[in-house]
Amino acid sequence: MSSLTARVIKLSVLRALALYTALIAMAWCALFPILWALSGSLKNQAEITEPVLIPPHPQWANYAEVFQLMPFWRMFLNTVLYAGCVTAGQVFFCSLAGYAFARLRFRGRDVLFLAYLATLMVPLTVTVIPQFILMRTFGWTDTPWSMIVPGLFGSAFGTYLMRQFFRTLPKELEEAAILDGCSPWQVYWRVLLPHTRPAVMVLAVLTWMTVWNDFLWPLLMIQRNSISPLTLGLVHLQGQYASKWPVLMAASMLILLPLVIIYAVAQRAFIRGIALSGFGGR
Amino acid sequence: MATVGFEQASRRYHGADRPALDRLDLTIGDGEFLVLVGPSGCGKSTSLRMLAGLETVDDGVIRIGARDVTGADPKDRDVAMVFQNFALYPHMTVAQNMGFALKVARVRKADIRDRVLDAARLLHLEACLDRRPKDLSGGERQRVAMGRAIVRRPQVFLMDEPLSNLDAKLRVQTRTQIASLQRQLGTTTVYVTHDQVEAMTMGDRVAVLRDGVLQQCAAPRELYRDPINVFVAGFMGSPAMNLFTLPILNQSVSLGDWMIPIPREIADTAPDVVVGIRPEHLEVDGLGAEIEVEVVEDLGSDAFIYGRLVAGAANTTTADKPIVARVDWRSAPNRGTRVHLRPSPGHIYFFANHPTGIRLR
Repeated sequence: MSSLTARVIKLSVLRALALYTALIAMAWCALFPILWALSGSLKNQAEITEPVLIPPHPQWANYAEVFQLMPFWRMFLNTVLYAGCVTAGQVFFCSLAGYAFARLRFRGRDVLFLAYLATLMVPLTVTVIPQFILMRTFGWTDTPWSMIVPGLFGSAFGTYLMRQFFRTLPKELEEAAILDGCSPWQVYWRVLLPHTRPAVMVLAVLTWMTVWNDFLWPLLMIQRNSISPLTLGLVHLQGQYASKWPVLMAASMLILLPLVIIYAVAQRAFIRGIALSGFGGR
Repeated sequence: MATVGFEQASRRYHGADRPALDRLDLTIGDGEFLVLVGPSGCGKSTSLRMLAGLETVDDGVIRIGARDVTGADPKDRDVAMVFQNFALYPHMTVAQNMGFALKVARVRKADIRDRVLDAARLLHLEACLDRRPKDLSGGERQRVAMGRAIVRRPQVFLMDEPLSNLDAKLRVQTRTQIASLQRQLGTTTVYVTHDQVEAMTMGDRVAVLRDGVLQQCAAPRELYRDPINVFVAGFMGSPAMNLFTLPILNQSVSLGDWMIPIPREIADTAPDVVVGIRPEHLEVDGLGAEIEVEVVEDLGSDAFIYGRLVAGAANTTTADKPIVARVDWRSAPNRGTRVHLRPSPGHIYFFANHPTGIRLR
């Protein structure tokens, strides 16, 4: 082996080493809080502040206690209902709007789209009070409607994501459908929508996660335990002067689990959708 | 089946300095196979899309039969289109693709099945009906795209370069199939291509477009033998016609040392002229313009020699100009040799040295 080849191999090995070290460090930073919470969920109250990752005597009873202290399954079903309805609505309305902005030709289309996109810059804190007043006016506070309806009719982000994806589909597909006699609705529903699965998966996973993790809106809207989502349930585990941290951690782990499962199932389609929609940073 | 008429049809794209299609006047007969041909950007696909209703008509009228369809929706025009990339619906099977238009039109399921089967038999696609487009070869996809058009039994078939995605061998095979299928069905067909061999071999008539303007529309043989201008002469034929811009001196022009007499009517009107000679009208002879052979293409039945004119003692204006000739493969000269090429009398074309390049007779 020549010295030049040896040097090239050495350099590439060093580069790979540096890259993997950086990646492992970043992955560790992302995973450590979850591992710490998992560790905390298996400790007792005395051990919770000790810097030990693997507890010497795992306290599985913490998990059982979660079900005693809060109506977990009731809240779980509530959260599934809210996340499911909002996700279905977001996918339907965002794809419909994305199709219109990507494919239909009408006066002022691009200006309207930019204006809609600009709403992304308005922070939640600005809109939360008007939304609260709106819900109160409708008499929807402390009802499931307040958790479903505001997020049902799409979002600027979802519309943008779907529009980007619709733009990647061949124009001829739509033209063939038009010549086959399809109306714009039929072009959308029967020809183009079946091809948007990767983008739909991205939008669905992101929406589901957002609704699942949402805390501020349910805190403002919901008071009854029977219609509370899981995030509000966590609050009930926190006392005013002291909290049972291991139980709180166990509840957090239980709430996190469905999200991890959903992401694991949809991972491939999710990543493909991110890449195809131009959200991959490339 | 129906006639198709373009009457002063124009299309201007926003920001373009010239119309994509400029006052096209063209009538296509009932059952005729018309080929629109021309280089990229000549307006051939635009014309087809205007006829389909996929492009707006800025001026003029388009008729299908006696009906003015200028502002009609594509679905109301009763036309079927075969796209360059076939545009098959990937999530549907071949049978679903072929029957989709009928399903949208709410035709009875039994009728859809019968018509799809008829078309599949015609195109030898019976074995593919349950497969999806991704599981088909290029040739099969092309046939499905044809089948999708046939099933609808439209008044007009529109085909936008349907062979350009196929390999060379399949292209030759499929173009014969399309031409014979069209004769069999007798449906009026407008076919767009940039390939002049396709145009010559498939069409009843060929319309040559350039920069959005119709140059000539005629039967392929007429177009080849009697081109109206230098563009048509140069575009139709492979290899292309040899064209030389030469000064007229004493009622003749000289190609190397070979003098070509010019008719008086032409010689009296301009100081120079564009002379056109097809490769098959040049004979290797002891006489004629001397060339140095650079490349010999032996095609088996014929050979084409590509060379450059050698500067003559009397004339240097044509020195180094490229020239191509078709010769008998048995007597093809070797590369690097010098031969004399003599134009066949009566097969020399003259064109005005002017942007119109009009044929001079």
